[in-house]
Amino acid sequence: MHEQAHAPFGTAVQPFAEPRSRLLQLDFLLLLATIGLIVFGVITLNGAITINSGYFVSRQIAYGVIGLVLMLVVARFDYSRFRELRLALYGAAIGLILLVLAAGGVTRGSRRWLELPFLRFQPSELGKLLLVLALSAFVLERVRRRSEREITARIMLLAIVPTLLVMVQPDIGTGIVYIAIAFTVLFIAGTKWTHFAALGALTVAAVCAVLVVAPALGTPVLKHYQTDRLTAFLHKDNADPKSEGYQLKQAEIAIGSGGKTGRGPKKATQTRLAFLPEGHTDFIFAVVGEQYGFVGGAIVLSLYALLIWRALRILTLAKNLYGALVAGGVAAMLMTQTFINVGGNVGIMPITGIPLPLMSYGGSSVIVTLMAVGLLQSVYVQARQAARAKQETIS
Amino acid sequence: MYLPSGDRRLVVTPQLALRVAVLGGVALALFAIAFFRLWYLQVLSGDRYLAEANNNRVRNIKVEAPRGKIVDRNGTVLVDNRTALSAQVIPQRLPADTARRNREIRRLGTVLGIKPAVLQRRIRRESRKLPYSPVTLKTDVGLDTVFYLEENQTAFRGVNVRRVFLRRYPYGELGAHLFGTTGEVTKQQLKEGRYAGVSLGDRVGQSGIEYTYDRYLRGKNGASRVEVDALGRPKGELSVRDPLPGKQLRLSIDLAVQKAGQEALASFGRPGAFVALDPRNGDVIGLGSNPSFDPNVFAKSLTRSEYKRLTSPANGAPLTDRAIQGLYPTGSAFKLITSTAVLESGLITPATVLFDGGSLSVGGLVFKNAGGAAYGALSLVRALQVSSDVFFYQLGLMADQRGGDIIQKWASRLGLGHPTGIDLPGEAAGLIPSPAWRNRLFRKHLTDRPWTPGDNINLAVGQGDLQADPLQLAVAYSTIANGGRVVTPHIGLRVEDETGRVLQEIDPRARRKLNISATTRSAIMSGLRAAANDPGGTSAPVFSDFPITVAGKTGTAQRPGQADQSWYAVMAPYSDPRIVVAMTIERGGFGAEAAAPAARRVLAAYFGIKGKKAVGQAGHAPD
Repeated sequence: MHEQAHAPFGTAVQPFAEPRSRLLQLDFLLLLATIGLIVFGVITLNGAITINSGYFVSRQIAYGVIGLVLMLVVARFDYSRFRELRLALYGAAIGLILLVLAAGGVTRGSRRWLELPFLRFQPSELGKLLLVLALSAFVLERVRRRSEREITARIMLLAIVPTLLVMVQPDIGTGIVYIAIAFTVLFIAGTKWTHFAALGALTVAAVCAVLVVAPALGTPVLKHYQTDRLTAFLHKDNADPKSEGYQLKQAEIAIGSGGKTGRGPKKATQTRLAFLPEGHTDFIFAVVGEQYGFVGGAIVLSLYALLIWRALRILTLAKNLYGALVAGGVAAMLMTQTFINVGGNVGIMPITGIPLPLMSYGGSSVIVTLMAVGLLQSVYVQARQAARAKQETIS
Repeated sequence: MYLPSGDRRLVVTPQLALRVAVLGGVALALFAIAFFRLWYLQVLSGDRYLAEANNNRVRNIKVEAPRGKIVDRNGTVLVDNRTALSAQVIPQRLPADTARRNREIRRLGTVLGIKPAVLQRRIRRESRKLPYSPVTLKTDVGLDTVFYLEENQTAFRGVNVRRVFLRRYPYGELGAHLFGTTGEVTKQQLKEGRYAGVSLGDRVGQSGIEYTYDRYLRGKNGASRVEVDALGRPKGELSVRDPLPGKQLRLSIDLAVQKAGQEALASFGRPGAFVALDPRNGDVIGLGSNPSFDPNVFAKSLTRSEYKRLTSPANGAPLTDRAIQGLYPTGSAFKLITSTAVLESGLITPATVLFDGGSLSVGGLVFKNAGGAAYGALSLVRALQVSSDVFFYQLGLMADQRGGDIIQKWASRLGLGHPTGIDLPGEAAGLIPSPAWRNRLFRKHLTDRPWTPGDNINLAVGQGDLQADPLQLAVAYSTIANGGRVVTPHIGLRVEDETGRVLQEIDPRARRKLNISATTRSAIMSGLRAAANDPGGTSAPVFSDFPITVAGKTGTAQRPGQADQSWYAVMAPYSDPRIVVAMTIERGGFGAEAAAPAARRVLAAYFGIKGKKAVGQAGHAPD
């Protein structure tokens, strides 16, 4: 961008290039990583499902197309306008999550989605995006004089409300993503290290209270299956096929058996014979591992690395602080989800039911993630336009 | 400090740069961890996980090999197989959750028609005995039930249906005591050398012929490698190794003789047993015990009440094989042994004449002839013919006075007092009373008196403490019949393939050769021939009209608290014996009343004599 500004004939060709450059103004590497992950996801999905795979694949493609269109729409938008809508966005996030709690459908013991004509809409997914936009705006809201401590406390309070609401569903994974978003936004905004130290201590205390103190007092906060899930990765030798430990073991076997180059969809017995549970959603990374081996897993991880690198890069290019905070929030959202999901798949972290961004089957996740990428693109596009405007004023 | 807000152009301050770098560093670290974990799982441990994945999906399903058939000496099939479906459960695959497990077992109970508590108990007991091996819940399950179980696999986790071979006995009670049973190999047995190549859950011979010749009868199981999905549903066969059926075993048994013997025994309605032996080589031509049972009940697992019925003394304990386990005094049938002993030891010669005045008094005790008869002066041949007890009492007394346990030694040489070595497990040893034996008991206060001459007098006529079974008596008679070879009785004749081609002869050699002089033998044979044929002979009324000349001796054993036991031991034909029959019937009365007519029917079957000639009349001569 800066290079372009120094390029010869830069200003002279600008008017003629305008219609074409609108699209090319997108961050190409980010677009490449996005489409790469969607395509790899659909291919993997095709091999992960043995029964009625056509249905799932065609729906996932549809979600991807809708998501990409929305991404382009969001990219054309100036994200800065969302700043004024912060209260509406925040209210919408809370309202939708409450609506789910009141009228949502239940899957595997948790109330997470609303039944819409085309998809089972998970408001908590959209909530991630709304929270990024709203929290980033709230951080900047410093009309009245407040102490830094007050700002930090306020932001954390605003984040904790939806977090607790999704944890009630119960959906611990999304709660963790919300907290991660809030932390990152505060971090980028410049919160003092001492505040982070205090917040960190509070978090540890809260986790201890939930996991150790509450059960000891006889009032467990977590349901039995949740504790099982959180501790399952520590004991994988459970022979009961319904147990989390067994599922994790099967995921580990699936990934391990892929070896260097994978077994291919036909010979991937862990997937094909249903030893691997939820191969199309929570454990899609394990399917990649079994079918395409270390090579496939490395390609997927590299695409995510590219995605996150571009998000952090765009953060630094943003035309204003709001853009930087939004980019940071989106980066946090993608990072947290990717690592919690992959970590669970490779057996070094608890399973929390978080989808792998852009790859796991599911409309809400794919569409919302693509819209988040759209926001990144918007920040990028706005930054380019601002830079060009500046260039023009200078010239 | 918070960064300055507003829509002003973002300035990348060192603070912001540091924080972005921290975020990037965290991401880099996490990616590095994920990469290394992936590297560890896939590149370093890939082979191990691949093996685990294959282990997951491949099930080795045993394909049971049918056991070999058992046929009689003429090739008539006595034991073969039928296929049945058996419902099994692998305890480890039952739901781990107790409530779900109990629900499944309740449902199974309803489907199989077995009380859930019984199923629970069976599963617990069997899985304690053989952990990780399938527990058979019910053998011989109907097709409807099998279809139901297969269609509702998800509701019946860990349950599967296996095709099994069950033994079938087309002739029911005929030969029931010979065949024995098959059953799953026990953990203990797996450690024994004779079960090399057998694995958990295989069926092996557990008793009788099935046990003795298990090595041949047992086939080699095949295996089918099947790919299954996570629910254990088969998805396709990967490879298969065909089972090798067991080899056919030909017995020395002649079904016609066996049938005649068992029917003859059954016709008296009392417990008894018979053995028909080829004295030339020890082939067992027939061996039966009454009451008998239908071995088909053993094809499936036996219920407690059935087992009780088969072992209860009130029913005559049908499972007991009286031919090799029934220990009784033999009565006068023992006189063959006494005769051999006194002649071979030179105590008397065939010409020695002793006086039978109807009784013999020794030490205040009076030993009488049965029926109060007195035969006057007689030699050994005549004494055998009329079965003079007083003659043999005197021999018993003389032997006792001379010392050296002559009768006991010869009884032992001729096969009494120890197992004969027949190829059936569970054979009894029996007892030859001797001074050493009784005096030892007396010293231990297990009996009220030491040895007296009266004991030897009783032994000389096969009464008192003597205990022998029909098989031992048959071996003793065979030894005289063949001139001194003590045969090892055997039922297994040879091992064959399915077409009857001989693979291996089973030919146990005679255990020893006794020096029995021709004069001794001919004196005894003459006596026994006269007994069965000449007027005054104890079994002459039974055998005098038999088309083949036989030599046989009656016996009437006195048993405390019971009616007399009828015995008969016979060799035929007299000139060159090819068959020896020992027959006993509990509470049958005199030897000539029950055992001798029954033995005649066995001989008739052997020699192919049919019609009226097959059945003789009963005699009433005491012996």
